[in-house]
Amino acid sequence: MLKEITILGGFQKNGEPEAVREVSIKVGQVYSIVGFTGSGKSQLINDIEQISQRDSISRRQILLDGNAPADNAMSRYEKNLVAHLSQNMNFILDMKVREFLIMHAGCRGFQEPDKKADEVIECANTFAGEAIKPGENLTRLSGGQSRSLMIADVAINGDSPVVLIDEVENAGIHRLKAMETLAAQQKIVLVVTHDPLLALLGEKRIVMGNGGMQRVLELASEEKSVRKMLEQMAGVIQTVQDQLRQGERVSVCSLM
Amino acid sequence: MTENTTRNRPKAIIVAGPPATGKTAVMLHVVQSLLRNEQKVAVVKVDCLETEDDKKYAELGVPVAIGLSNDICPDHFYAVNFEEMISWAEEKESQILVIETAGLCHRCAPGIDGVLTFCVVDCLSSIKTPQKAGPVVTTSDVVIVTKGDMVSQAEREVFKARIREINPKALITEANGLTGSGCEGLAAIVNQESPLQEISDSRLRYPMPTAICSYCMGEKRLGNKHQHGVVYKMDFNTRGGGLYA
Repeated sequence: MLKEITILGGFQKNGEPEAVREVSIKVGQVYSIVGFTGSGKSQLINDIEQISQRDSISRRQILLDGNAPADNAMSRYEKNLVAHLSQNMNFILDMKVREFLIMHAGCRGFQEPDKKADEVIECANTFAGEAIKPGENLTRLSGGQSRSLMIADVAINGDSPVVLIDEVENAGIHRLKAMETLAAQQKIVLVVTHDPLLALLGEKRIVMGNGGMQRVLELASEEKSVRKMLEQMAGVIQTVQDQLRQGERVSVCSLM
Repeated sequence: MTENTTRNRPKAIIVAGPPATGKTAVMLHVVQSLLRNEQKVAVVKVDCLETEDDKKYAELGVPVAIGLSNDICPDHFYAVNFEEMISWAEEKESQILVIETAGLCHRCAPGIDGVLTFCVVDCLSSIKTPQKAGPVVTTSDVVIVTKGDMVSQAEREVFKARIREINPKALITEANGLTGSGCEGLAAIVNQESPLQEISDSRLRYPMPTAICSYCMGEKRLGNKHQHGVVYKMDFNTRGGGLYA
């Protein structure tokens, strides 16, 4: 099992070396990647995914447990290093939830795929707003249910040591709990986001700019307080949303 | 052939796959990545009736040749012209020749022994049955899965496992034709290939069918009396069965 990935700095868009020369991320850690659109977030992810050996546009090098992988592009590529949880919120396969999860666990070669499937559903239901039923059709799940199921499946059935989360919308799921679940499964969790609350879920954050890694910031204790406040604000917005959905009138009091 | 050894043979890469899976979109990114690494690239696109893909490749500043097969099966047309494509690339002094085929009927596959072959399939159209794409998938060295952003990680993994069942040896990987993610890795794979050897006696990996009937030759009229050559009739009593008339 992979324990750590290391990113060795390359060059930013203007051809100058990027400021951060080395970052190592261990399994169980959550890092966020922040920066404006066009700042180079996607390329950083591409480099990790392709285990770039100074052969990409950024000229970065990725080390696995401190070593450069074998010098063959084919075998490098075979690793499926990164699992993606993208913005997509729907399944397209016309199958029942449990049946599909058994099939996925089967593909992974697990001995008792049905047990894995039940484990995934149970896990997903710890952060899904409304419970997922094993006999429900995948395509009928709500956005929040699909999202929860995707995250739980990556955590339990997934093969890839790195999980990339690309902007988890707050579709009524417990996002912090979902991140914790992934980290607890010994994944390296990378969160690419513009959402301030999500950005502060990472214990460290890589700040991108100009195509390069500009800084790596550790979550400061005051920032933890900011995160708490943002969570409360998110809670307020959630409450108002629920009230509107239920056909109620909203008042200034509900914002306090 | 004269003993002209001054020309260097290019590396070649064959790209196949069903229509609209993103072959050109992926290869445009791969070519850009090769160009960044200072490789001289030429492209041949084989299509059936018309294509505008040459304009897209030409925008990258690489020499492009278009082969349109018109009334003839594009795969047969490709096989007949393969050597000439290599000679053309040599004339252009290319180090890498990309040959992109049309991928129409799923019955043929353009792979050639000793030549790196990519196949592009998309998650949406073939997620349940990658087998449908047939020998194109089973004979490729690299199977590139596109449109992965339209489905979940779990669905992608199941899809890739299905492909693995029918092609146990290939590298199965993902690329995004819109953003170009995954394409730099594909360029690295192309880059590490060796230049082509003599191709005159090399072999197709999969036989091309002998579908020589009147309709291959441009016949439009229906009815038995207009059907000549190899005529294969469906047998409605046997699933998938048939009889030569």
